Parts: sequence; structure tokens; C-alpha cells
Amino acid sequence: MSNSFLKKVVGETNEFERTPIPSGSLKGAKSFLGMYAGEHTAGTEFVIGPLFVAHGVSAGDLVFGLLIGNLLAVLSWGLITGPIAASKRLTLYYQLERIAGKNVVRWYNLVNSLMFCFLAGSMIAVSATAVGIPFDLEMPTLSDWLPRTPGWILTVFFMGGVITLVAIQGYSQVSKFANVMSPWMILVFFAAAIVGLAQLGVGSFESLISISQEVIWNGVPLAGMSKFTIWHTIFFAWFCNMAMHIGMSDLTILRYAKSWTYGFYSFGGVFLGHFVAWIASGILYSVFLQAESASQEFAPGAIAYKTLGIAGAICVVIAGWTTANPTIYRAGLALQAIFPKVSTWKITASVGVVTSLAACFPALVMKLLDFVALYGLVLMPMGAVIFADFYFSKKMGFQSEAALNSKSAFSLPALLSWVFTLVFCLGLNFFYGVEIFFLGLPGWFVAIAIFIVLSKIKYPLAKSPYLE
Amino acid sequence: MKMLLKIGSFLGLVLTLVPPIIFFVGNLELSLMKGYMGIGMVLWFVTAPFWINKPSKSEEV
Repeated sequence: MSNSFLKKVVGETNEFERTPIPSGSLKGAKSFLGMYAGEHTAGTEFVIGPLFVAHGVSAGDLVFGLLIGNLLAVLSWGLITGPIAASKRLTLYYQLERIAGKNVVRWYNLVNSLMFCFLAGSMIAVSATAVGIPFDLEMPTLSDWLPRTPGWILTVFFMGGVITLVAIQGYSQVSKFANVMSPWMILVFFAAAIVGLAQLGVGSFESLISISQEVIWNGVPLAGMSKFTIWHTIFFAWFCNMAMHIGMSDLTILRYAKSWTYGFYSFGGVFLGHFVAWIASGILYSVFLQAESASQEFAPGAIAYKTLGIAGAICVVIAGWTTANPTIYRAGLALQAIFPKVSTWKITASVGVVTSLAACFPALVMKLLDFVALYGLVLMPMGAVIFADFYFSKKMGFQSEAALNSKSAFSLPALLSWVFTLVFCLGLNFFYGVEIFFLGLPGWFVAIAIFIVLSKIKYPLAKSPYLE
Repeated sequence: MKMLLKIGSFLGLVLTLVPPIIFFVGNLELSLMKGYMGIGMVLWFVTAPFWINKPSKSEEV
């Protein structure tokens, strides 16, 4: 993605924040293909692939699950987010403000920024597993929730400090750096898969199949880990970016698209990052497990270093850093919307402190699959609200963009759709034991239904005094 | 100059991907492969930043 494009999209340099994108500022397909490829080959990939191995997914379930899940994710971007983005050409925040009102968006921003802090924290922890190698740092294990040593805390705070300082400087330099690193990082993932397969003894197509099924993804979870099936793989691949597609965060990006079809260009990102990179990092972890079968250690940096040398360790640091940095910056932006009078650097510094504190807890890395699913689930109902407002307001007879049209800062249907959907999902989990990975799909339909019913009651089209 | 930088970057990527393939077919030792990958990384780091984010003339117009 070109840097100027990134600055406009992520940096939000006060351009078109509250107006539709003019036709002269629209971007071509190449920008979107590059952006998605870069964005989805990130630090998280070094954790997710190994966690699939640890959860005992079988080889066939992994490959077919990822193919199906990633296809569903691409369709979600292409058919749900893309058309609304190209029609409205507004940021998620402004679109939501028009429907739900400023006060509801404030709460959304607060939740969003907290989620960003935890995500960035997990990436700082991933980077720390590589930075700690020269200092012989004791690495966290799969069952760790708390930091093992003071050295871990020091390393995490050092990384957090550096990353926060850079984030305070703004987004531009990091986005440039991330653009530069992206092609090299993608090749490092390919290299990891090739070297890992060689170390596991693959020499032919037949041995590739047998070693994949019997050694790498043998279907047996590690001690203390739950068993993953093809359904877990499909739903995780589909919903790991739920906040972006069904949750509509990518309205902010896709509003620059020349055509509504550009959401489909996400295929470049998901099939590189969420297929090739997850498989490659899974192979790397399997090599580690073969060498140290009794080990519960889970340190992506150390694992990459053992197989690929210094290039592997530095790739982990950079992948973690280039993911954490914009995430901290985005968290700062979301908080700034709530506290507009506080200076940007103070907000970003505060976010950095919270993020570094979160990074001290290895549980964020070990439970990354659950956290990513939770992150998407919590933000998803607001995407459903935008979807329902766009497609069903006229058909079902309620006012579209009700907060804007009624000059209100607070829309009860939007807020209740959010809260009741999450309560419904919590109930499914608590009373029926439905795992977090599967809650997004029923939750989306429930959010839409609640919003339509409440909007028809609160803002009926025929009786609205505001339209007279 | 830009062409030289691009050639350097290309070589960096070649050194990142080709040694693992040679290692896979059994004609290179692991330590050497890691060394070549490290050199490839340095080559990429010192050349790519100087041309990847630079707008082309058509973009500037």
C-alpha cells in the first residue's frame, strides 16, 4: 500500500472524516491488494499457526477449514462491507454516529481502544520472545498466565517503551517501515515452511502428506489444550477479522475504493497471511516440538531463531512491532475521540503504559485465539446495526440514520442491539457451553433482529415527526 | 542509482528464499543457510527503504 494511502486511511489526517470521499481521491485495486497482503501477514501469524498445532487440529481439518473459512471471510468483505463502503463512503465512526449517536459511539470507542491495547500487548510479548534471546531470558510456557521472571517484565517494558515512543511520533514512519518489510516477511514465512519440512524429513509428496498428518497436525492436542475440529478452523478463519468485515471497521478503508468489488481483494491478504503464514508457523512449532518433546515453552521468537537463525528472530521482532505500533496509534485515536481536549502524545503515552502492562501477562499470547474471537464478537453488533440500517430501513419501515435525522446524540435501538446481543452470546456460552468461536454467527442475526424491531418501535417511518 | 538499489533488494529476497530451497534438497548446511538468510535480510534492509516508498513520477504528477 502506498504510504500516502495509509496515512489517509489509518492516520486520519483530518481528511474526509465527516464527508464522503470525493471521486478524485478514490484509489485503484493495486493499493487494496498491497494493503491487505501487508496487513494480514503480521505478528499474530507467528502465534496463531502454532496454537492450531497445540490445539490438536488434524492436517485435513486445517487445510480444508482454512480454505473454507478464508473464502467466507473474503465473501464477507466483498458482499457485506464493500457495497456499503462504496455507497456511503464514510468512516465507520461517522456512519455509526449518524445511526447510533455520539454518546453511543463514545462507548464503542472506549471498548475498541481497550481491545486495541490488549492486541498490541500480545504483539509486544511476541517481540519480547525474540529480543530476550541474547539475554537467555526464560520464555513463557503454554499454561502461563503470569510473568515468570522480572527479566520478562523488564524486556516487555523496554519493547513497550520503544514502540510507544515511535507511536507518539505518528503513524507515517512506521507505515513506511511496514511497507518496506512486508515482501521480505512474506518470504521468511515461505522459507520457514520449506526449512521446517526439510527438518521434519519431508522429501517427497507422499512423505509430505504422511508427516503432515502424523507429525505436524496429528490431531492430538498438547497437555491442557482443548481439541480443535474443522468447525473451529472454519469459524476462526472466518471470524478472526470479524471486527473488520462484519463489524464494518473496514468501511474506513474501503470507502476509498473505486468499485464496491474491492472488498474481494482481501483474498490476497487472507490466503497469504491466514493460510500460508499459519501453516508455515505451525510447521516451525512442530519442528520445535519434535526437538524438545517434553517442552511446554511457547516463544515464537526463540522458535524462529532455532530454525531460521537471526533472520527468523528479527522477522518476529519486526512483525510484532509493525503490528503493535499502528494498533497503539489506533487505540490513541479512538481515545482521543472521547477526550478531544487531551493532547495526542499524552493519550498515546497512556495507551502505551496500559499496553505494556497487558503485555507482561503471557496469557494474552497463549489465549490469543480466544482473545481475537472475543475482540470481533464484542464489536460485531455495531456492524450488524449498520448493515440493518442500510438494507432494511426502507423495507421494514423505520427511519435510516435515526440519530442524525432526529438530531439525537443517543439511539436506544442501537445501544440495546449491542448490549442484548452480547448478553445473548454470553447466555449461549454460559448456559449451553457454545464456544466463543461460534457465537458470532447467531449473534449477528440476533443483533439485526433486535435493531429492526426496536427501530420500528422507536423510529417508525410513517409516524416520524422529523420527516414532516 | 535506483536500479542498483532495486537489484540489491532483489538479491536480498533471493538470498532469503533460495538457500532454504537448496537446504531442502540437501545441498546446503543449516548454519550456512542461516548465514545466507541473514545476509539477504541485511541487503533488503539497506536497499529497499530507499525505493519502495518513493512515489513514481506518474504518481507525483
